[in-house]
Amino acid sequence: MEKRLFLKGNEALAAGAIKAGCRFYFAYPITPQNEIPEYLSKHMAKVEGCFIQAESEVASINMILGASAAGARAMTSSASPGISLMQEGISYLAGNELPAVIVNVNRSGPGLGGISASQGDYFQATRGGGHGDYRTLVLAPHSVQEMHDLTLLAFDLADKYRNPVVILADAVLGQMQETMVDRPYHPMELPPKDWILTGAQGRNPRLIKSLYLKEGEMERHNWKLFEKYQRMKEEVRYEVVQQEDAQLVVVAFGTTARVSKTALRLARQAGLKVGLLRPITLFPFPAQALLDLSQRVKRFLAIEMNTGQMVEDVRLSVARDAEVHFYGHPPGSPPFPEELVEAIKKVY
Amino acid sequence: MGKIIVNRERCKACALCTLTCPQKLILFSEEANSQGFYPAELSSEKECTGCALCAEICPDVAIEVWR
Amino acid sequence: MKQVFKRPASLKDVPFHFCAGCHHGTIHRLVAEAIDSFNLRERTIGVAGVGCSVFIYDYFDIDALEAPHGRAPAVATGLKRALRDRIIFTYQGDGDLASIGMSEIVHTANRGENITVIFVNNTVYGMTGGQMAPTTLLGQQTTTSPYGRDFVQDGYPIRMAEMLATLEGTSFSARVAVNTSANLVKAKKAVRKAFEMQMNDLGFSFVELLSSCPTNWGLNSLKANERVEKELIPYFPLGIFKERKGTDFS
Repeated sequence: MEKRLFLKGNEALAAGAIKAGCRFYFAYPITPQNEIPEYLSKHMAKVEGCFIQAESEVASINMILGASAAGARAMTSSASPGISLMQEGISYLAGNELPAVIVNVNRSGPGLGGISASQGDYFQATRGGGHGDYRTLVLAPHSVQEMHDLTLLAFDLADKYRNPVVILADAVLGQMQETMVDRPYHPMELPPKDWILTGAQGRNPRLIKSLYLKEGEMERHNWKLFEKYQRMKEEVRYEVVQQEDAQLVVVAFGTTARVSKTALRLARQAGLKVGLLRPITLFPFPAQALLDLSQRVKRFLAIEMNTGQMVEDVRLSVARDAEVHFYGHPPGSPPFPEELVEAIKKVY
Repeated sequence: MGKIIVNRERCKACALCTLTCPQKLILFSEEANSQGFYPAELSSEKECTGCALCAEICPDVAIEVWR
Repeated sequence: MKQVFKRPASLKDVPFHFCAGCHHGTIHRLVAEAIDSFNLRERTIGVAGVGCSVFIYDYFDIDALEAPHGRAPAVATGLKRALRDRIIFTYQGDGDLASIGMSEIVHTANRGENITVIFVNNTVYGMTGGQMAPTTLLGQQTTTSPYGRDFVQDGYPIRMAEMLATLEGTSFSARVAVNTSANLVKAKKAVRKAFEMQMNDLGFSFVELLSSCPTNWGLNSLKANERVEKELIPYFPLGIFKERKGTDFS
């Protein structure tokens, strides 16, 4: 009998981090993710891990940089404005090729915004809000189970690619409580960490940096990173629901996808042949899957809790003759299934 | 009693060593190094005591000292 | 005759890029000497700040990590928490540490993180071409204080060593200079003591070293060296402001 837990999304994520061997967590409180530092302040001690409530998000991401360079599995979490503060650090992590897991429990913005759910950080997460030509893997859970499971995956992917991985959740996912299966962690096969800094005993000193001033060095480094990001495309993950006979496919992630699943049921009851493609990785975006689907399905409806971000990636992915519509539900409250059914009907 | 060897290529002729030599034995070469600096050199080995005060203040670790 | 002075082993035998008369080279050497005197090279990791200090990894024969501007103490925190038995030090200038990095240095000291911070104070932003720093003296002209620093506009220069000494987490805080033979003796002792504090797990150790910056002060090497004595030391007094003896965390 599988053990089931009844947890908040934030707690499930934190529990997943510990299960994945994360023993270093540095973060600053911000609503709506405070359950993560609160859970870890208690549980890190139990596994002899390290918890620091840092003085700011800026300090947090930099502590991650240090711990990761030492070979540790390190994580930080925040919500939108705090993630903005971390952008320089994330760029450095990418430039230094250091693994790290960064959790964004997306709240509304811009600016101080509010504490309700939003998907307004899609661009920040996938286009990189930091400077320079880098990418981060982005995972988008849509249930408490995925808040747990995708965290296990995030640590493996971070180590596999020596890259920061962003988990893009939102306030609803963070706060809601559901049952989840307490799945065991089966790590993937990972390369040895033969690049970490431990003190140059019996070997040549190692250097981890992102400054490249010599002729040709910067160019080579950027192409090397580019090649890595191309390889990262193998990690694309998505879920498809009822697309076999669909005339219209909704594209949505996170909480919006969750509500869309209900909307789908209601729409189907009303006789509409609607399907759903739910990206689980936002980077790499399931472009190929959408392109393939759009050979037959000619109408797509991107639904997001923002005023139009992921829809651009949908437009870039589908065949030229496919229509892409957008329904935006800006932050303030999550969308209702009935509202989404109306939106579907309008473009069906 | 003592002697110093100045690494000609490392010396930038900053002259801080001249401040510290108690015997005032340091002067500057007539010949420039590859960087265009006229490096410091010891004028007299006989009077050098090997006190190493010049080496201690040298910012380029350009001086080695024997006693 | 035997050799009584040579390059310390953990300082690579490469030329320094620093300007003629800049004290960074001297300070690098003092740090390397301290590391070697305690035989720490193979278990030391250096964290470079951003500024003229960014190249420490080209000069020290140790594992090294680059940190974003001002963040070296936070990066060092992460490293030290993960590697408790290694020696971690940061090397930062006055912009890196006292301006953009003020939060990180204060909180790292406050937490008593068991690391060593080498702070090179030359009252100006060197690498970026001579702008005003938090430690620029009143009346000092820089490229962004062309009329001289005025306290109404820019406040007073900050005394970091004294300030950090007020924190319980700080085990050792000192200010030294490397402009005279006598000052060099005290500077060497202070740097050694700072690393010793870390070796003995006594908490956060800090050494502020006054330095010249001939290029951005618009002075030749000798006059710049003199300025340290005549203008810097009167405002930034030399001394040990805190030295913990034993774990007196009362």
